[in-house]
Amino acid sequence: MTPGNDRSGGFGPDLAEVFGPSQHDGGPELVQLLTPEGERVSHPEFSFGDGMTPAEEAEMIRGFYRDMVLTRRIDTEATALQRHGELGIWAQLLGQEAAQIGAGRALRPQDYVFPTYREHGVAWCRGVDPIELLGLYRGVDQGAWDPAKYNFHLYTIVIGAQTLHATGYAMGMQRDGAVGTGDPDRDAAVIAHFGDGASSQGDVNEAFIFAASYNAPVVFFCQNNQWAISEPIERQSRIPLYQRALGFGFPGVRVDGNDVLATYAVTQAALQRARDGQGPTFVEAYTYRMGAHTTTDDPTRYRLSDDVERWRLKCPIERTKAYLQRNGLADQAFFDDLSAEADELGARLREGCKNLADPSPLSIFDHVYAEQTPELEAQREGFAAYLDSFEGAH
Amino acid sequence: MTKITLAKGLNMGLRKAMEDDPKVLIMGEDVGKLGGVFRITDGLQKDFGEDRVIDSPLAESGIVGTAVGLALRGYRPVVEIQFDGFVYPAYDQIVCQVAKMRFRSMGKLAMPMVIRIPFGGGIGAVEHHSESPEAQFAHTPGLKVVACSNPIDGYWMIQQAIACDDPVIFLEPKRQYHADKADLDEDAAPEPLFRSRVVRRGGDATLLAYGPTVKTALKAAEAASGEGRSLEVIDLRTLSPLDMAPVFESVRRTGHAVVVHEAHVNLGLGAELAARITEECFFSLESPVLRVGGFDTPYPPSRIEEEWLPDLDRVLDAVDRSLSF
Repeated sequence: MTPGNDRSGGFGPDLAEVFGPSQHDGGPELVQLLTPEGERVSHPEFSFGDGMTPAEEAEMIRGFYRDMVLTRRIDTEATALQRHGELGIWAQLLGQEAAQIGAGRALRPQDYVFPTYREHGVAWCRGVDPIELLGLYRGVDQGAWDPAKYNFHLYTIVIGAQTLHATGYAMGMQRDGAVGTGDPDRDAAVIAHFGDGASSQGDVNEAFIFAASYNAPVVFFCQNNQWAISEPIERQSRIPLYQRALGFGFPGVRVDGNDVLATYAVTQAALQRARDGQGPTFVEAYTYRMGAHTTTDDPTRYRLSDDVERWRLKCPIERTKAYLQRNGLADQAFFDDLSAEADELGARLREGCKNLADPSPLSIFDHVYAEQTPELEAQREGFAAYLDSFEGAH
Repeated sequence: MTKITLAKGLNMGLRKAMEDDPKVLIMGEDVGKLGGVFRITDGLQKDFGEDRVIDSPLAESGIVGTAVGLALRGYRPVVEIQFDGFVYPAYDQIVCQVAKMRFRSMGKLAMPMVIRIPFGGGIGAVEHHSESPEAQFAHTPGLKVVACSNPIDGYWMIQQAIACDDPVIFLEPKRQYHADKADLDEDAAPEPLFRSRVVRRGGDATLLAYGPTVKTALKAAEAASGEGRSLEVIDLRTLSPLDMAPVFESVRRTGHAVVVHEAHVNLGLGAELAARITEECFFSLESPVLRVGGFDTPYPPSRIEEEWLPDLDRVLDAVDRSLSF
């Protein structure tokens, strides 16, 4: 703002000045505990490793690193499988590994996750077999894992719709007396994943309102990867997303989404607030979509490779590796073993993907209703007879 | 025996369902202290508490979307949409999420949710308060759609819908809420939910109606009997799935069928009924299946709504055309 040029005209401070440059570089509000160069830094409110021995802390960071490397391997294998025609499409998470692993590892078993269609890293943390993630993208099912087994809901494609489901689920936890009892094995929270594009959706804003109104134990975890297919974050918001939370009546925080330690620390704190009965929190994980929106997308049409290169220097995996190596927390054998494990996982994924068989055509009629309706039974019988009328039919 | 209105029947049914199952919740705008704008939930928050009768923020997608989450957590939410014309903000949640959850999870997730919608016109309301959106939901696989027409059905059907493990769009003819009284026998065995019912026997033509037009059809049948015509009236009750067996049986006897609904005729339930009757009763039909309904216009201003709504005379006119074909 030019000094003396009050453009707000009596409506308070100039918003461009208030929100200013933080839009573009993460800004001074960004919570960071591990720099892109792999240096640990401290933050006045959030920290990592409290109450752990150095050995436990190193073990945990090696675990995060392993999670991120294997998650990236799942992503690159799946992308390749799409290129080979084994998947119809794939939604890549390249660059968002720290945001997902940090958030995923902050969960307790009793917490519940509502993912988008890109939360492959969170799925990994919940124990979902990555082969089960492929079914949706191969077109053999619409999510085959049992959500109740992993406390990990099916992927939701409609942008932002799951934030309301998460809020309702959290309201259910409140009614079940699973919030604010002080029992760490009982108190639970929900985490709702969504992206910067989804922040424009009515459902997401309604979820904020419901969660605030009922003080629901839900963490709204937004991976701001800067792009909603071709539309930059500036098309969705004039202010840093995390600042929206205040308008809804709950805290928001922007964390370096490429910093697994900070993402873990912030998400864990937000989940604990929720479990303790203190209500919702908005976490904006500031990150970057290094790949395309999906394998059908071509980002060279709408963004500069310079930007991508700038973010490559902030790679979540490289900074963690640099930290581990520089501090002698992982030896070469660790990295070699992990590399072999990733290769094994890749091979298992390729094999598993090709073994995902097409469902039977008659399965179309299954599970529309709790009990088959006479109408659908008749359609099924008619279709079965029609199929049987062909020579050499199954 | 208690004399009850439809509003009372629904209220009693909701109360019974909440007593029987602690997982049953009511959600909606003004359903708590006020008891809903039509008083259907009157007194329930007082007796069951704010955790079970939940006044929601004013956002229909939010109501249905959070109800999805509650259902996933094991609750049985009964959602009130205040008026038919306000269901559309929730349309995405209903059609994309509620309807498909069981199918896409291959049976692992259930959506035992009831979405109550006061529907239909005739109350002199402003726009968006008198609509009949049933075809939009009957067209959606995964949803079940029912419409009650009288106090006794209101009492039983709402309980059955709540007990159903599938999502049920529950249509209530708002014009009938406080119109008529009937004797409720709480010990009687109710008819199954997804069954049509012959409500008046007759041999000359079959009238098919549901919700608010059942009363219209019964009046028309009464008037026709004065002219020596015997009309059979079927209350469809279930719109998805349709229960066609009583319809086919009737039309095979009468040879004539007239569908009566308030919804626009174009691509309404009547079109589906006509197609199915034609497919199954072709050689019994003595005339084409006729449809009487709202015109294919937006709902009109209320001072002329009675012209738009199918009434006794338009039903009888259709019967005349059918019988003289």
